[in-house]
Amino acid sequence: MKTLLEFEKPIADLEAKLVEMKKLAVENNVDVSAAAASLENSIEDLKRETFSNLTRWQRVLLSRHPDRPYTFDYIENICDEFIEIFGDRTVGDDKAMVGGFGKIDNQTFMIIGQQKGRNTKQRQKRNFGMPNPEGYRKALRLMKMAEKFGKPIITFIDTPGAFPGLEAEERGQGEAIARNIRDMFMLKVPVICVIIGEGASGGALGIAIGDRVLMLENTWYSVISPENCSTILWRTWNFKEQAAEALKLTAKDMFENGLVDGIIPEPLGGAHLDYALATQTVKKVLLETLEELNNIPSRERILQRIEKFGKMGVVI
Amino acid sequence: MSWFTRKDKGINTPTEAKREAPDGLWYQCPSCKKVMHTREHRILAYTCSNCGYHEKIGSQEYFELLFDQTRYTELDALMSSGDPLNFVDTKNYPDRLKATEKKTGLKDAVRTAYGKMNELDITVAAMDFNFIGGSMGSVVGEKIARAIDHSLETKSPFLMISRSGGARMMEAGYSLMQMAKTSARLALLDEAGIPYVSLLTDPTTGGVTASYAMLGDFNIAEPGALIGFAGPRVIRETIGKDLPKGFQSAEFVLEHGFLDFIVDRKDLKDKLTSLFKMLS
Repeated sequence: MKTLLEFEKPIADLEAKLVEMKKLAVENNVDVSAAAASLENSIEDLKRETFSNLTRWQRVLLSRHPDRPYTFDYIENICDEFIEIFGDRTVGDDKAMVGGFGKIDNQTFMIIGQQKGRNTKQRQKRNFGMPNPEGYRKALRLMKMAEKFGKPIITFIDTPGAFPGLEAEERGQGEAIARNIRDMFMLKVPVICVIIGEGASGGALGIAIGDRVLMLENTWYSVISPENCSTILWRTWNFKEQAAEALKLTAKDMFENGLVDGIIPEPLGGAHLDYALATQTVKKVLLETLEELNNIPSRERILQRIEKFGKMGVVI
Repeated sequence: MSWFTRKDKGINTPTEAKREAPDGLWYQCPSCKKVMHTREHRILAYTCSNCGYHEKIGSQEYFELLFDQTRYTELDALMSSGDPLNFVDTKNYPDRLKATEKKTGLKDAVRTAYGKMNELDITVAAMDFNFIGGSMGSVVGEKIARAIDHSLETKSPFLMISRSGGARMMEAGYSLMQMAKTSARLALLDEAGIPYVSLLTDPTTGGVTASYAMLGDFNIAEPGALIGFAGPRVIRETIGKDLPKGFQSAEFVLEHGFLDFIVDRKDLKDKLTSLFKMLS
């Protein structure tokens, strides 16, 4: 069952009408090709209009679209081979943070990402994409392993935040994220980070220190979610649209402010409408980016990584 | 309307007739209610003589406590925040900054300085909670990064005193990236083998805990300080249960293995000195 967001409905209605029209035409043996072509044009126009004028809040909704490709969807679609690796070797295996070695066009990568679930059972298993400390420690273990074997690293970021639970605190959620951020700066291999859905605060940043940080077109990345921002500043959830505007959290905003390195375009209407196209675009960008990064000596790459983040911020 | 006015005589005392203790002469401990002379309180490094409660103090007090003869050189003292996102919530951000600056006399939520501590060179960054909850925006990140650079250049140990609610929302993405900026510099400090002590004071939460505050060679804390990633309210809402007593206190965090030791503020200067001497 497809889920439709409010602004997707008028388009879906027209599409349903087109299907109906074609069906009737076949049944009654009439030629509707002119009318159908005109309707197809209207649909295309409406799509273009809708998706070039999305508000920031609507982008947030798209980034959370339940049909959107998740980390494993990218892995399945772009890797010829993938071996999943589990566990942080200390406490357990965090199902909200997944990873393993994958082969893309004969190049082995370490691929790591937050994983959300599709249905209630999966969502619980994946903890809604909210990792515990062991998730961040697992990610770092895998990154160090990639470094040992000289393999470049890809991270897919898609999280509503690091899990704010009791045990997460006991096991040092803050320390786990902090260590990842610091240690990722010193990784000797190329690191490419892609925000594929939600990039919420420290929970996202904990795997998002890279030579290139890219955002898919319909994603968000900020210090806090619009809902939580609204709760803190306005004392109610009702100002989430304003909060989204104020936070300037879209791919376009973040790129214009120099806080990410690029935007990866999505199929018209969003990545969920065409997995093949969405994932192939990502694959192409990943391979091109790696080629670029391979030309930079390792130490230089580390220093550039540090310098890039060092420039972020506006002070007087 | 008689229930709005007092009928009993002698209870209404006109304001001018009230006898008040001179301002600032006495300090009452908010924890055990003991009243003590402010001078005594200051001599005890702003801790309670009865129950040991550590009053929340700011950068100025820490500089006075740590630097010999209160002599230090402040770094980037005039740096202040821009408003890169034209952020407006119930107030616009520049107005909020101006009002806070006027109220606190501070430029932002951290001050950085270098000087001598028991004759040892040291670089210190200390946060001020009074300034928008000690929140971390571009200025906090930049000043800390530059203080670490100073530490690297002079090969002097770096002391970070955190007291913060986390990242500053009004600078959104920029604030988030300060976690990265500061941690990157700490990676260089770590590589250079220069000691970094992170002192966590009440409270240290959010993006500050998830970056520089937890990256010390030594993560130490003041007694009773609230230390955590998520705030207690958020956790309570997540798990739908009351939190155990002492949850996220410095003692709790030490028991779970994330602090090297807890230090009474009165002993801070000497203990740090001994530590740095052992390392040199």
